[in-house]
Amino acid sequence: MYDYGFFSYESKEDMLERSRAFWNPDKTDFWQDAGIDLVIDRREGYLFWDMAGRRLIDLHLNGGTYNLGHRNPELIATLEQAMQHFDIGNHHFPALARTALAEALVKTASPNMRRVIYGSGGGEAIDIALKTARHTKQRRKIVSIIKSYHGHTGIAVGTGDERFSKLFLSDHPEEFVQVPFNDLNAMEDALRARDVAAVIMETIPATYGFPLPAPGYLQAVKRLCEEYDTLYIADEVQTGLMRTGEMWGISKAGVEPDIMVIGKGITGGMYPIACCVVSEECSAWLKEDGFGHISTGGGAELGCVVSLKVLEICGRPEVRSMVHYIAERFQQGLHQIQEIYPDWFVGIRQDGVVMGLEFNHPVGAKLVMKHLYAHGVWAIFSTLDPRILQFKPGILLGPELVDEILDRTEVAIGKAYAEARSGARAAVTA
Amino acid sequence: MSVIELSHREPPGAARAAMMLQRAHWAAELFARYDIERVRRIVDAVAAAGEAHAERYAEWAVEETGMGVVEHKVLKNVACSRELWDRYRDHDYVSPRILADDKVLELPRPAGVIFALTPTTNPIATVYFKVLLALMTRNAIVVSPHPGAKAVCADAVRVLSDAAVAAGAPDGCIQVVEEPSIPLIEALMTDQTTDVIVATGGNAVVRAAYRSGNPAIGVGPGNVPAFVDATADIAAAARAIVDSKSFDNSILCTNESAIIVEEEVAEQLIRELGRAGAHVCTPEEVERVREHLFPDHRMRLDLIGKSATVLAEEAGLTVPATTRVLVAPFSLVVPEEPLAREKLLPVLGLVRVPNTRAGISAAQAMLRATGAGHSASIHSTRAQTIMEYGAAVKVLRVTVNVGNSLGSAGVLTNLAPTMTIGTGFYGRSSLGENLEPRHLVNWTRVAYNADRSVPFDEFGGMQPWRLETVPTAASSAAPADPAPATPATDVLREEVRRLILEELKELTRQ
Repeated sequence: MYDYGFFSYESKEDMLERSRAFWNPDKTDFWQDAGIDLVIDRREGYLFWDMAGRRLIDLHLNGGTYNLGHRNPELIATLEQAMQHFDIGNHHFPALARTALAEALVKTASPNMRRVIYGSGGGEAIDIALKTARHTKQRRKIVSIIKSYHGHTGIAVGTGDERFSKLFLSDHPEEFVQVPFNDLNAMEDALRARDVAAVIMETIPATYGFPLPAPGYLQAVKRLCEEYDTLYIADEVQTGLMRTGEMWGISKAGVEPDIMVIGKGITGGMYPIACCVVSEECSAWLKEDGFGHISTGGGAELGCVVSLKVLEICGRPEVRSMVHYIAERFQQGLHQIQEIYPDWFVGIRQDGVVMGLEFNHPVGAKLVMKHLYAHGVWAIFSTLDPRILQFKPGILLGPELVDEILDRTEVAIGKAYAEARSGARAAVTA
Repeated sequence: MSVIELSHREPPGAARAAMMLQRAHWAAELFARYDIERVRRIVDAVAAAGEAHAERYAEWAVEETGMGVVEHKVLKNVACSRELWDRYRDHDYVSPRILADDKVLELPRPAGVIFALTPTTNPIATVYFKVLLALMTRNAIVVSPHPGAKAVCADAVRVLSDAAVAAGAPDGCIQVVEEPSIPLIEALMTDQTTDVIVATGGNAVVRAAYRSGNPAIGVGPGNVPAFVDATADIAAAARAIVDSKSFDNSILCTNESAIIVEEEVAEQLIRELGRAGAHVCTPEEVERVREHLFPDHRMRLDLIGKSATVLAEEAGLTVPATTRVLVAPFSLVVPEEPLAREKLLPVLGLVRVPNTRAGISAAQAMLRATGAGHSASIHSTRAQTIMEYGAAVKVLRVTVNVGNSLGSAGVLTNLAPTMTIGTGFYGRSSLGENLEPRHLVNWTRVAYNADRSVPFDEFGGMQPWRLETVPTAASSAAPADPAPATPATDVLREEVRRLILEELKELTRQ
């Protein structure tokens, strides 16, 4: 009997059965088939426990949502105190916490940034960014990166893989152009007709396994945007909040975007909101018709208060220092593991604590993910490039837990290698 | 005024301060792999920075705390920066030691993160001292200054930290709690990331350090008897005592509390004390001193570290402007006698005793009241008396024919120079000596079979730790153009196209 007070389950099997029946049968089965029988129960810091009691270290962090750890005590205290006075607020009126957060965000962003528009989640914030770009440039076309992912909402889904848009008959190929990452010629070709509202890019594409931008690539894209009169939207959902060692990945790259989208980690998994920070040029509709985008939960004030705390924490000099130590230790440790398996563990993509581990097998990261899970670490493969394991440690880790992660990773990578080789032998024999 | 009442389950700043410990922990991990040359470069730079600011911080400390004497603080600041480093420059707490005869290899293991509490009385000297000791032993240190001296201490820690990092120390190895409070300090002392607490300060904070559950080096209060026996060089004793008692207006725990003098030489001593710059009070004046400076038998805290002339004015005494110490004779050493207790101001008790035995008893009585384990002083030319005195008084250091304030602190004696006096078991401390670098490092002993037929290995010239890189906060802003970890883009793209098809099949399980 698993009694959670608010609800209960007879057993883990009972829970999974009801998950299939009442929630999502395909997703439930997908993980069981992949050997990940995870139902997350208790959570604390960078750890969580499966229903069955197994302890796991979280290297997925829901894409950076738990950047500051699960149930960060400072954020819990902030939310509890905020609830003594605030609720989500009213989306029509000038709002205390929304305004305060907007001002704080603008101060952290590049100097051209002016205002913040709120959504309730990252997808909505991307929709806002794309709508804003279309209004600003009075054009429909959006350029994104092949294999990019910016969310599943109405407009955002068009920028990503057609797997998700076609499923719902929501693909509009005439409005959404996709070009390969790190390919400036393709980008220029897409922009040359001057009919594009915006280029949208993750600073380091997460779902694609964090391929790093080639030197000068992001800056060159920004120059092309200027040359062909289009807007640059930086999707900082996974690269913001000190994960690259700077508050915003795009600032570290030295690019001033026209619009910057922030989500996930900004509320630390406590009370979700997402933010779209815009330049003066992109603020036009906010002066023409401020009711142009309405979102009841967008910028919920409880979330805004938590976000202010997240920004304060991320801005501490201690955090900057630690991110560097953590990144350095991972870099050394991962390269040592790579020396053992040079033909299998073929690449390390890293910028700060944003990391992608590359394996020499079409679905190598899924094998490694499975063995990591068996050895107490939860890290997810890249949906759109399953050779790459997304390796996303938190920014407040201590050296002991980092060393433990490296120990477990070394064993899991070795076991995945053995399985891949035996699989290959089995295939040859067959 | 906030409309939301911000209640805190933990003291304000605790989360931030715990983060400082964590940062220090990272720094300590790296620092523990430094070799002796790197360490010496860093300590060199930090000692020089400390000395360069010795005067400025002496002035600032007196201004901020209202205690002490600038020129004496300058001396202490120099003693705890360049002079301290001169003393330990050739010591090595970093390299392995090979004891071939014992077949033991010794590897130094720093404590890790030191949480250091520094007092308001010796703010900068103690900060310098603890920071230098931490660096010599490759420890990270988080300094929590006394709130009464927090501004000057925070500034000093920043200066030392900048000098250390510029000389190659790990980022974050020296930090300061800028807004210390008692609940915050208690939270940090009990934090599991704190490896050792080095507490110099009041009794309350030292006891809290020991209660924390973390290893702690805390020191108790002093109450220094200065016994002048009939064989002493009286003029020299008087000069030494007045110099010592007036040093920094008597705010060191090593300053003499009371003179115990044999009757035979008492009048002579009193004359010599006067010549040396002390004012010896008449019985009426002693009553005024008691009434105004020790109301209800307690020392007035607002007068700590004030000069003798200020104290005289406060008590309504007329004394020469050159007066450095007020001497207040009293008759009996008993616990309720304030003149027989530690006084962090230049008022010196004086009690007469009929003979040596009674003098030793009086010193014992003073230390029964307070100050056990700390220091005592004797002025005598008779070795037997000196030895008996040393064996009788419950302290762990006895200075002979020298001012105790700089004698016990190792400046005028060959004791280890220190700002932290270990009071040992008598004084409820884990440390019985003057704190020195070796107390902040443990050694791993790699021991071979004692059997003579088993050989020992040759470790000469080998390095136990490898230091790949030295991260700093400045370098954490990695280059704006991260180097690509992927092969040429075109090859990658082909590969990607092929894989996309495979993975889509895989993911949609068609």
